[in-house]
Amino acid sequence: MNQNSATNMTLPQASRFASDVDSLVAFITWGSVILFVLITMISLYFLWKYRRIGAPTFTSPISHNNQLEITWTLIPTVLVFIIFFWGFKSYLDMRVIPANSMELKVTGKKWFWAIDYPNGTNSVNEMVLPVNKPVKLLLSSSDVIHSFYIPAFRTKMDAVPNRYTTMSFEPTMTGTFDIFCAEYCGKSHSGMIGKARVVTESEYAKWLEEAESGGKMSPVEFGAKLYTSKACATCHSNDGTANTGPTWKGIYGAKHKMADGSEVVVDENYLRQSMLEPNAKVVAGYQPVMPTYQGVLKEKQIDALIAYIKTLK
Amino acid sequence: MAALMETGVKGSTHTATAGRTRNFLNSPKGIMSWIWTVDHKRIGVMYLFAVMFAFFLGGVFALLLRFELIRPTQDIVGPDMYNQLFTLHGAVMVFLFIIPAIPASLGNFVLPLMIGAKDVAFPRLNLMSFYIYVVGACFAVYSLVTGGVDTGWTFYTPYSVETQTSVIAMTLGAFILGFSSIFTGLNFIVTIHKLRAPGMTWFKMPLFVWGMYATSIIQVMATPVLGITLLLLILERAFGIGIFDPAMGGDPVLYQHFFWFYSHPAVYIMILPGMAIISELIATFSHKRIFGYVPIAFSSIAIALVSFIVWGHHMYTSGQSELAATVFSFLTFLVGIPSGVKVFNWVVTMYKGSLTFQAPMLYAHAFLCLFTIGGLTGIYLGAISVDLHLHDTYFVVAHFHYVMMGGTVIAFLGGLHYWWPKIWGRMYDEFWALVSAALIFVGFNVTFFPQFIMGLQGMPRRYYTYLEQYQSTHLLSTVGTWILGLGFIIMAIYLIRSLYIGKPAPKNPWFGLTLEWTTQSPPITENFTQTPKMLWHAYDYDRVLMDENGMVTFNPNAEDEHAHDGRAKHTNGRNGKSHIEETTRSFN
Repeated sequence: MNQNSATNMTLPQASRFASDVDSLVAFITWGSVILFVLITMISLYFLWKYRRIGAPTFTSPISHNNQLEITWTLIPTVLVFIIFFWGFKSYLDMRVIPANSMELKVTGKKWFWAIDYPNGTNSVNEMVLPVNKPVKLLLSSSDVIHSFYIPAFRTKMDAVPNRYTTMSFEPTMTGTFDIFCAEYCGKSHSGMIGKARVVTESEYAKWLEEAESGGKMSPVEFGAKLYTSKACATCHSNDGTANTGPTWKGIYGAKHKMADGSEVVVDENYLRQSMLEPNAKVVAGYQPVMPTYQGVLKEKQIDALIAYIKTLK
Repeated sequence: MAALMETGVKGSTHTATAGRTRNFLNSPKGIMSWIWTVDHKRIGVMYLFAVMFAFFLGGVFALLLRFELIRPTQDIVGPDMYNQLFTLHGAVMVFLFIIPAIPASLGNFVLPLMIGAKDVAFPRLNLMSFYIYVVGACFAVYSLVTGGVDTGWTFYTPYSVETQTSVIAMTLGAFILGFSSIFTGLNFIVTIHKLRAPGMTWFKMPLFVWGMYATSIIQVMATPVLGITLLLLILERAFGIGIFDPAMGGDPVLYQHFFWFYSHPAVYIMILPGMAIISELIATFSHKRIFGYVPIAFSSIAIALVSFIVWGHHMYTSGQSELAATVFSFLTFLVGIPSGVKVFNWVVTMYKGSLTFQAPMLYAHAFLCLFTIGGLTGIYLGAISVDLHLHDTYFVVAHFHYVMMGGTVIAFLGGLHYWWPKIWGRMYDEFWALVSAALIFVGFNVTFFPQFIMGLQGMPRRYYTYLEQYQSTHLLSTVGTWILGLGFIIMAIYLIRSLYIGKPAPKNPWFGLTLEWTTQSPPITENFTQTPKMLWHAYDYDRVLMDENGMVTFNPNAEDEHAHDGRAKHTNGRNGKSHIEETTRSFN
């Protein structure tokens, strides 16, 4: 990763409106600290000053004071209205989508993010963005509700099945930033983590080219890259470890028992079918939970993945 | 023996001790007399055991969760187990513990005593509400042993429709528990309207009663919506009716609207009783007339009403319209103001009081500190743009634990210690009570304060593994739960010990003035030997002093109350101070 990945406890302000959100947070924090210290000090002072010594006695008949009541109703009212308007104003900055935005389609699936770019390229769990260019995300989900969250950008939005939601931001800093799923979505909710990689305009163009065809990489290298970039690794290990799906180690050429009782020899056609129609033939002992990669994987990418799987012995 | 007590002869300084007099605990005897009891005090005690058991269970789940989160990777439980643990922690704590905790246990016990009534308005309904609670709890336990639930306590669709876990048993449990809550609320509303002692007008009621009244309104009005929602969810799962299923033209976000329409007001079902207890604790241990009685009473009602129109602030990121989000944000800020008014009034109540720092007061101060933090951090989440960042992160987790645990649970513990001598007729060990309260306060802050920081750094909630940058704060948070656990273990020991070897409690150990302190500890089944007369207001510490044994002294130099309390024009069985001839008399 690079210098901007959030490995320390300070969250970078990596979008146009991030600093405004942080300023509002700071404003509320200062107001809260002042009020809290005031309340605590007064309480502790009274506790000490009016502590009972000896037997209980009759105490003061003071029971109310209208001026005080009005004061401590009005001042907080004014303060919270300031906070409301500030929050509303920066909300508008988040919600009004600039006309020159680059539009990406983001689909949440259990348990990864599929991202489609304007030129037809797609990526999984890695959102590559050119710096200083406004972005509009068109979000949806293919199963349950997810929530697309980039802390460094200070914004999130739910991805809902059968519906589009939108979010927009403008990355202002190059670097790699965490993408989380913030809406609980089942078993691997906490594994539904991606990266937003903000790069210069020229790096972005180069990445688009490589993501499409693997550039100068060999099929095996490209397949190894796709194994992580298309989130196969979330459910399939490449070293024999048990996971949500069968491990890829030694899977090519092996004979597997299917959930319906039949037996299948894992060959190129079976692997291809498992990517495009994953629930047609499910290996016995596994849940039919894999989403289809139809439309996500290009022909050349399927070839590369098969080439990579063959090398895992 | 009992007859001697009841006469309340002037100069009689000895209150007979527990175990030797007839009281609600020992008369009638036998397990069947408890199972079929319609005594609000016995029902309150049974509820107390039930909610404490639920609290223990939910607490164990919490300790396991936090233990798993010490390291970023998988440690003691797998993902399925973890997801069930946080769901059960939430569902048990919300439905089985915190909603019934104060109203159904302490409220049941104290409310009729406070208003000078013999029982609640519908004693049998009260017992039925308890058994409905037990049936609901059985369904929850059944779901637990048949594979648990992994949806989160919110049961969001479509996940809750798809998951293989026993969602139906758990939601059916919550549905049934809802009726228990509705019946308690209904019972309290009627009780407060109809059974107040002669002379106890609305503005002479103790503030605890006002808080219970506001709570009951929400219980009766909001809980049916939860019932309908959960029933729809059950139908959706069992028969696929499609109301929440997008594939059939349904709307999963509709579920969230329905759910929060109940569950936001439910937050106030949880906190209002806590506030109600704090009003009593602050007044009694300040030994001082409460400051701003009317604002405190009305702020409870205001909170109850406004709570119905703010549910959308749970859904800023759900895809609801920008206009809706804005309106909900605006309304949300309104609900903060009455809470602030309460805090200010409580603090100023201490001014010129005669303060003691006993265990219940320690809890009241812990409440002031923690609830203030909980309330103020709510402001962050009400501001829409900040919420888009913090929603569904640990900031939210920390915020609602400061309000629910730092607020309601701390108030519940304060109330438990406050009324413990009244319930059992025994005093607990004050030293260990202070140690335990201090440990709980420290442990709570060590557990939850780091979660604010973590949330601001972007750590999402409901993650069983996490990125390494959050480890130090997660570790600190887990250590906090051990301190908390130790505090609760100590509490369990000295409270149970007090039942056997505690000093006998006098009538009025804290020199309070509300009616429950005028009867013996523990009270007789009928509560009072005669219908209580309202000789003073709940907070007349400037003109009335009642000692430990219920002996009352009137202040011969008291100002006429008309001079300082314009609202309380009633003379209350006396005709102005000049007519008080005897300044000392026994009461009840």
